[in-house]
Amino acid sequence: MTDLHDSTVAELAARLALKEVSAVELARHFLQRAAAHDALGAYLSIDEEVTLQQARRADEALAAGGVGGVPALCGVPIAHKDIFVTRDFPTTAGSRMLEGYRSPFDATAVSNLAKAGVVTLGKLNCDEFAMGSSNENSAFRRVLNPWDHARIPGGSSGGSAVAVAARLAPAATGTDTGGSIRQPASFCGITGIKPTYGRASRYGMVAFASSLDQAGPMARTAEDCAMLLSALCGPDPDRDSTSLDVPAEDFTRSLSGSLEGLRIGIPREFFGEGLAADVRTAIDAALKEYEKLGAKLVGISLPRTELSIPVYYIIAPAEASSNLSRFDGVKFGHRAKQHGDLLDMYRKTRAEGFGDEVKRRIMIGTYVLSHGYYDAYYLQAQKVRRMIADDFQQAFRQCDVIAGPVAPTVAWKIGEKSADPVANYLADIFTLPGSLAGLPGMSVPCGFGEGGMPVGLQLMGNYFAEGRLLNVAHRFQQATDFHARKPQGMRAAP
Amino acid sequence: MALTHQDIARIANLARLELDSDESERMLSQINGFFDIVEKMRAVDTANIEPLSHPVGVVQDVVLRLRDDVASETNQREANQRSAPAVERGLFLVPKVIE
Repeated sequence: MTDLHDSTVAELAARLALKEVSAVELARHFLQRAAAHDALGAYLSIDEEVTLQQARRADEALAAGGVGGVPALCGVPIAHKDIFVTRDFPTTAGSRMLEGYRSPFDATAVSNLAKAGVVTLGKLNCDEFAMGSSNENSAFRRVLNPWDHARIPGGSSGGSAVAVAARLAPAATGTDTGGSIRQPASFCGITGIKPTYGRASRYGMVAFASSLDQAGPMARTAEDCAMLLSALCGPDPDRDSTSLDVPAEDFTRSLSGSLEGLRIGIPREFFGEGLAADVRTAIDAALKEYEKLGAKLVGISLPRTELSIPVYYIIAPAEASSNLSRFDGVKFGHRAKQHGDLLDMYRKTRAEGFGDEVKRRIMIGTYVLSHGYYDAYYLQAQKVRRMIADDFQQAFRQCDVIAGPVAPTVAWKIGEKSADPVANYLADIFTLPGSLAGLPGMSVPCGFGEGGMPVGLQLMGNYFAEGRLLNVAHRFQQATDFHARKPQGMRAAP
Repeated sequence: MALTHQDIARIANLARLELDSDESERMLSQINGFFDIVEKMRAVDTANIEPLSHPVGVVQDVVLRLRDDVASETNQREANQRSAPAVERGLFLVPKVIE
């Protein structure tokens, strides 16, 4: 029998249903592992009592339910990125601003998963307000890549990626604004999917850039992602005005479809000078594997790939500066101890509560939205955004899915880019176009590069093509074992 | 066009952020560094292109939904104020605004 922590969500769900293991045993096991590997910095909060109480409820449901009577995920423990508000755990969004904050309600993603019987192990570290690509912007703790502790895990859902890769949780939630699910999944050798913008509710996700933010699952396999995404998605008409009226789907149904005749678009702009040779080698090998599975590779062009960097880094900070104006030291969160009048209280509160990257983005966003600059920057960015989205529609006339690297390199060394914000922004080049277009995207482990670090293959589909993407990823995982490899040192008990 | 120290001070004021002089200095060079990569975007010809706000709007009409303006939640003042920095008798406290 596989070790509990080496089991996938699908395996754990099956073992729970057969009563081979209880939800309480599973919760205890993963909490012990989380404690034993606390130095990785993946978790920001754990509350054993709350978790065990949820697990006991799941066990009762399992005992009462009988076969087919309980949801498929009943009793499976997962952890949530600390950007989702939760009633039972503190929510910080990785920021001093929200240290100790307790939400009076659960995010829809959290409550949807709870309805499916999922047990919460705790809250996971992330870049402050999900702003970052390395998790170095967490106000609380550094997160180490389990494949090499000297390297970053990626971001902003770095804690989520590490928890899954190090087997401290069988799966986790993440959020993706410009690549924050796909890039850390790639850097830590796990599988993650960002659905079409509007498919998952944003209610209760601490808002960063509202026209881009999406929730999604991070797990070890595409099958696990399909199970979790099926529970997570669905319309939220009363609570999220951008949520689309698209019914929830069972994404596991389409997993095993054949790839015979699948047309995979290869954007030439993703394979230029900027792509590291080791990443390229792994991606090329993965594409060969797809040819063996019956797919055809089609050359396509996404001509405005490079422009997606300035477009994203105008739009996201603009929306962030507006969203983060709610942190004023009045209704919740930090308030400066020493201050003069109201205006001084605002200024000092925000100076103390926000970290450098957040301040930078608030400054950029405030500037591009200010009188006289709005048309030249924000509106211009929204127009080029449409051109980028149109380019994808053009491309999807020639192909069914698009494949390429998630990131130009493997995970870099801690500190390597921290002094140069623009260098961090440039590394997002391959995830930003899909984010701006609101398309579903995945990262699938496809090999190893420099220093033995994992490489992720990015798969992008047209709107609402999550089922097809998961199918394309699942068939690859049935033919390869990159997703099953694990970092050294993670074997040890508990 | 590069930003100046005056611009940084003006933006920081709009953003309600107090910056010390070191931070302000760093912010100036980093933000100017960032705007160097924005120039290419500004040069794109976008005549007759509509701005895109909900991305799925590229393939279908997306109407941002409004719900009926009726109370759907019960009063949870206490729970909602639990994380407030300063509260008295159900009211948020702020420094004196009107003399």
